[in-house]
Amino acid sequence: MHELGIVFHIIKVVERVAQENTLTAVSQVSLELGEVSGVIHEELTDCWKWAVKKTELLKDAELLIETIPAVTFCESCQETYETVKYGRICPFCKSERTYLAQGNEINLKEIKAC
Amino acid sequence: MDKVKIIEVKESIFADNNKEADRIREELKKEKTFLLNLMSSPGSGKTTLLMRTIEALKDELRIGVMEADIDSAVDAEKIAATGVRSIQLHTGGMCHLDAGMTEHGLKELGTKDLDLVVLENVGNLVCPAEFDTGAVKNAMILSVPEGHDKPLKYPLIFTVCDVLIINKIDVMPYFDFDLEKVREYAHMRNPNLKIFPVSAKTGEGMDAWTNWLKQQVNEWNNT
Ligand SMILES: Nc1nc2c(ncn2[C@@H]2O[C@H](COP(=O)(O)OP(=O)(O)OP(=O)(O)O)[C@@H](O)[C@H]2O)c(=O)[nH]1
Ligand SMILES: [Mg+2]
Ligand SMILES: [Zn+2]
Repeated sequence: MHELGIVFHIIKVVERVAQENTLTAVSQVSLELGEVSGVIHEELTDCWKWAVKKTELLKDAELLIETIPAVTFCESCQETYETVKYGRICPFCKSERTYLAQGNEINLKEIKAC
Repeated sequence: MDKVKIIEVKESIFADNNKEADRIREELKKEKTFLLNLMSSPGSGKTTLLMRTIEALKDELRIGVMEADIDSAVDAEKIAATGVRSIQLHTGGMCHLDAGMTEHGLKELGTKDLDLVVLENVGNLVCPAEFDTGAVKNAMILSVPEGHDKPLKYPLIFTVCDVLIINKIDVMPYFDFDLEKVREYAHMRNPNLKIFPVSAKTGEGMDAWTNWLKQQVNEWNNT
C-alpha cells in the first residue's frame, strides 16, 4: 500500500497549491519520479484513479509521470555512473564508497488547472 | 470557463510532511517530551527490547508507547502489562506513519505528563524511512538472523537513523553474522550512526543503550 500513501501526499500538496492560486479544477498533475524511488508506476496510477474520484478539485485530473534516471557518485574516483546498470560498486575503480546522487526523488513538477 | 493555467510547483511531495514534523518537534520541546521512532523488520525484537527498556527506565522517566503494528494486539497487551500508558495507532492499512498520523496519536495518548514516548513504527525498512514522523531521534533494530548486508540492501533507513541496535547477539555463534562488516557498511551510509549490539533476551549490552537513551531524553527535556 506504499503507493496509496504517496498519492495522498501528492493530493495534499496539490490542494495547498490550488488554494494559494485560487484554482477550482485541476486537469493534469506532472510528477518527477526517481528511477530508484521504489514507487511502481502502474500501482501509483491505479491508486491515483481511485483516490482522485473522492475529491472535487482533482476528480478529472490525469497523472503524468516523468522518470529521473538514477545516478551514483563514487567518492573514491569522483566519477558518476548509472545506478541501475552497475549497482553500488563503482565500475571504474571497484570502490564501494559510493552514494546515490539522484534517482530517489518524488517531486511534484507542475499542475495544469483553471 | 476560466483559462487553463500551468503552475510550476517543483517541490518534493514530502515537503509538507517535513514541515509538519518540524512543528511536532517544536511542540514536544515546549512540553518537555522526547519522541523516539523505533523501526525494524517484523520479528527483529522490537517488543522484547521495548519491554526491557521500559523496565530499566520506568523508575526514572515517565514513559508512553504508541503501537503502529498492524496486528499487534498481543504486543499492546504485553506493553500494557509493564504498567506504562499505551495506545494503538490506526494506520488504515498503510505501510508507514506520517507526521499527521503521529500527531493524532500524540494527542490521543496525551503527552503533558510524559518524559518519553516510544513509537513502534510499522514493520518494514523501506516506507517508514521516507516519512519524518516528528520524532526527536530515530532508531532502527537489526537482528542477527537478518544478516549483516542489510545496510547495503536498504541504504535509506541507515541514513535517516541516529541509532542502530543490533539485537539477538546471543545467537551470533549460530549465524554467519559479521559485526565488524555491519559497522563498516552502516558507517559508510551514515558516519554518525551510534551502534549498540544487544541481546534483549539475556540483557547483554542493554545498559549502554538505555543509558544513551536516558541521556538523550534528559538533554532534550532540560535544555
Ligand atoms: N535469541 C533471541 N531471541 C530474541 C531476542 N529478542 C527477541 N527475541 C525473540 O524474537 C521473537 C520476536 O520478538 P518480538 O519482540 O516479538 O519482535 P517484534 O519485532 O516486536 O515482532 P513483531 O511485532 O511481530 O514484528 C520472539 O520469539 C522473541 O522471544 C534476543 O535478543 N535473542
Ligand atoms: Mg512487536
Ligand atoms: Zn570509482
